[in-house]
Amino acid sequence: MKLTLKIWRQENAKAKGAMKTYQIDGIEGDMSFLEMLDVLNEDLINKGEVPVEFDHDCREGICGSCSLQINGEPHGPDRLVTTCQLHMRKFNDGDTITIEPFRATAFPVITDLIVDRTAFDRIQQAGGYISVNTSGNTIDANSIPVNKHDADDAFSAATCIGCGACVAACKNASAMLFTSAKVSQYALLPQGQVEAVERVENMVRQMDLEGFGNCTNTGACEIECPKGISLENIARMNREYLSATTKG
Amino acid sequence: MSELKSNIPEGPLKDKWTKHKNDINLVNPANKRNIDVIVVGTGLAGGSAAATLAELGYNVKTFCYQDSPRRAHSIAAQGGINAAKNYQGDGDSNYRLFYDTVKGGDYRSREANVYRLAEVSANIIDQCVAQGVPFAREYGGLLDNRSFGGVLVSRTFYAKGQTGQQLLLGAYSAMNRQINRGKIEAFNRHEMLDLVLVDGKARGIIARDLVTGEIERHSAHAVVLASGGYGNVFFLSTNAMGSNVMAAWRAHRRGAYFANPCYTQIHPTCIPVSGDHQSKLTLMSESLRNDGRIWVPKKKEDAEAIRAGKLKPTDLKEEDRDYYLERRYPAFGNLVPRDVASRAAKERCDAGFGVNKTGEAVYLDFKSAIMRYGKEEALIHGNHNPSDKEIYDYGKKVVENKYGNLFQMYEKIVDEDPYTTPMMIYPAVHYTMGGLWVDYNLQTTIPGCYAAGEANFSDHGANRLGASALMQGLADGYFVLPYTIGDYLSKDIRTGKIPTDSPEFDQAEKDVRDRMTKLMNGSGKHSVDYYHKKLGKIMWNKCGMARNAKELQEAMDEIAELRADFWENVKVPGSLDSKNAELEKAGRVADFLELGELFAKDALTRNESCGGHFREEYQTPEGEALRDDENFSFVSAWEYNDNPREAKLHKEQLTFENIEVKTRSYK
Ligand SMILES: Cc1cc2nc3c(=O)[nH]c(=O)nc-3n(C[C@H](O)[C@H](O)[C@H](O)COP(=O)(O)OP(=O)(O)OC[C@H]3O[C@@H](n4cnc5c(N)ncnc54)[C@H](O)[C@@H]3O)c2cc1C
Ligand code: SF4
Ligand code: FES
Repeated sequence: MKLTLKIWRQENAKAKGAMKTYQIDGIEGDMSFLEMLDVLNEDLINKGEVPVEFDHDCREGICGSCSLQINGEPHGPDRLVTTCQLHMRKFNDGDTITIEPFRATAFPVITDLIVDRTAFDRIQQAGGYISVNTSGNTIDANSIPVNKHDADDAFSAATCIGCGACVAACKNASAMLFTSAKVSQYALLPQGQVEAVERVENMVRQMDLEGFGNCTNTGACEIECPKGISLENIARMNREYLSATTKG
Repeated sequence: MSELKSNIPEGPLKDKWTKHKNDINLVNPANKRNIDVIVVGTGLAGGSAAATLAELGYNVKTFCYQDSPRRAHSIAAQGGINAAKNYQGDGDSNYRLFYDTVKGGDYRSREANVYRLAEVSANIIDQCVAQGVPFAREYGGLLDNRSFGGVLVSRTFYAKGQTGQQLLLGAYSAMNRQINRGKIEAFNRHEMLDLVLVDGKARGIIARDLVTGEIERHSAHAVVLASGGYGNVFFLSTNAMGSNVMAAWRAHRRGAYFANPCYTQIHPTCIPVSGDHQSKLTLMSESLRNDGRIWVPKKKEDAEAIRAGKLKPTDLKEEDRDYYLERRYPAFGNLVPRDVASRAAKERCDAGFGVNKTGEAVYLDFKSAIMRYGKEEALIHGNHNPSDKEIYDYGKKVVENKYGNLFQMYEKIVDEDPYTTPMMIYPAVHYTMGGLWVDYNLQTTIPGCYAAGEANFSDHGANRLGASALMQGLADGYFVLPYTIGDYLSKDIRTGKIPTDSPEFDQAEKDVRDRMTKLMNGSGKHSVDYYHKKLGKIMWNKCGMARNAKELQEAMDEIAELRADFWENVKVPGSLDSKNAELEKAGRVADFLELGELFAKDALTRNESCGGHFREEYQTPEGEALRDDENFSFVSAWEYNDNPREAKLHKEQLTFENIEVKTRSYK
């Protein structure tokens, strides 16, 4: 396959970026999208140019590092996959592909296609945990039975990989899907009940502080989320928040 | 040759850990506030250690190269975590977990360490459940288990195919709690480039801010290395792209012995290589062997026809299939340990029975499992006379529930539906049992420098059993290290802050800067990947699943040559003081090029076959590994030398008092 790539290049956080066009040849359908970028970079290095920087690590859709806006869509055209799981067989010979970083005020660009997503960490630090000590004097695991249905739902919510595609997909750059996934995981488990009120309040407060936008229920986040995190989580978080604020 | 001191406590195996905990010195809570600890790595081992140390009151700094601790490579672990809970009532016990692990490791691990691991394993599950880790459950609300290779009980706890993710997010949440309390300061997108020793003790690190390129000095009273394994020395492996040996290797250069580098695990069930562009390999969890049956065609003509695309695997009749693991190892069948399963796959493919274009793949087939579960489910749903289609649909649901994400991953990569056609799999590099030598306290040969998780060599001998790495990482981090490090730190309560303006820090920083400048100043002939791929080929071909003296010697020579070429001709574009992925890779590959040679040397020195280390010269007539307990029942701990082939060997003799050392048999 021969392709034309339009890629966002930006030297550092302060520099002004721009789209740059590259031609690339010899791409096979079995290659992953990131392997295609590897080919481009190898080419650039051999030509004495500076390769394109992008975040990636596991390359199997679980670490949440990779984060490209491909032809305007976070993680590209395929559904339920991350950029690293996207394969070139989804494209055709002669295609032009635009590649940009995730765009959001709360995700400033660091360089090229890499953005700063530490706002997500700070939301988790504000309350995304259960306050138990880790030194081991806990009760036997099976003394806390959990209804299988709730356990499965908690697990589904907990599979969020913190990639930020939901924010990049949202016209308001809202982080509701991400935040609600964590709140839901704990809300569905008996272990999470004790701190439920403070948790939702603190996490939502931090989310607002970070400059993420409001949720207007357009649902773009759910469509682009590579892990299929459902909008139900947002509804659940809203209920939790409402009951927390009316209690508090 | 000097004797290594393993510092195993006296007394009966069962009492060692309890007694040790009672005997060691503690640091009182007020003094802990004056003590700093650096933890390099935020995977299961580092994340859990950091959280616990901070909770105990120490000031902790963590380092990781990713943008968030949550992205450490542990996140990718799929299948599960072992614990001797005996929830299934199938005869499990601490002793059995201990026994399975020592036997699985082919009698090349330390009894006392492994027993302790088994002893704390149950606590890990309690801990994780209290943290809200959503493990799989049965309808009654209690925890579910599955089986992994090399054992006859069900002791593996899991969260679908995302167990590592859920456990790591648990440790990350514990870290977050401490970050929020100001007890952990997290340095993300930072890479440790050197270990700093003051008066022979580890007192800090030199790190690079990967965004600004700034070189930083960080001091502490002790340094914990939990930087993961070195499987990427093979270029292609199931490890994350950034997984590397740098932190451990820098410590090795500063005096920490490196143990058993040649003990590598080649995992039997990975997606086969598809072409030269390949950047990494993807694991299909061992848990799939609970339900999948492995086979190749019985007749060579059929294999050839399949390779040529003229025959479909689903067209092959039962009697024309060779379920070679079930045939060779009737007692354990598809659940033999990984080293055994990998070699058996290689043997069939080498003999011409491989089933993909390259001839390097075997089938993993779920048809019987789908039908078996389907029948059960039909009954549960009150359908006593189901059609084949109904059975299949019911069964597919069950399999989807258990392994859905793995099947999806496979389909995305291979573009085939594994529910309707068998998966194709082949062995790939996955885990490294070798690592920094540590004593019973997880301390390396450098005082104050500790190693935890995959970065150390401690518990798995020559072969690790499935679902035991997560167990070991969390055991080290939550339950072992926080105790043992206290004994060392108790001597530091009056030391005060370690200054970073000492000549030792000056020198270490200068070394780091010189090295990076040198990397940037190569003649610019070839990219870093060019060298990494070449190294990987040498390692795979000559230090892989089967090794022999001649090829190991060749490997050492070829790697030495490649290393010299690398330092002279590598091309690193960009600049020192900005984000520079090529520079990061170059630093890692430089270390792999030293490790690779030591790896080959270690394999050449070990004139026996054990676990993942298979020397062609040492095998039984049936092709099974032939151990030599009389001469090789020791840990090889290597002392650094600039020229890896000159590294000095120190031996830690292994003694077995609680287990009868036998030939490992899974027949
Ligand atoms: C695909 C896959 C599936 C697996 N499945 C299972 C399973 O089901 N069960 C099981 O028991 N085991 C499994 N394993 C093995 C297990 O996941 C690993 O052995 C384990 O997670 C390693 O944990 P760790 O904490 O030691 O290191 P890692 O999780 O690898 O973490 C290393 C950390 O060190 C940091 N680091 C490295 N170098 C530096 C440096 N120079 N400077 C700063 N930071 C650095 C990294 O940023 C990272 O935070 C699997 C492994 C793979 C590859
Ligand atoms: S909710 Fe989905 S899109 Fe958003 S961070 Fe989590 S996994 Fe990514
Ligand atoms: S690189 Fe890990 S999710 Fe894509």
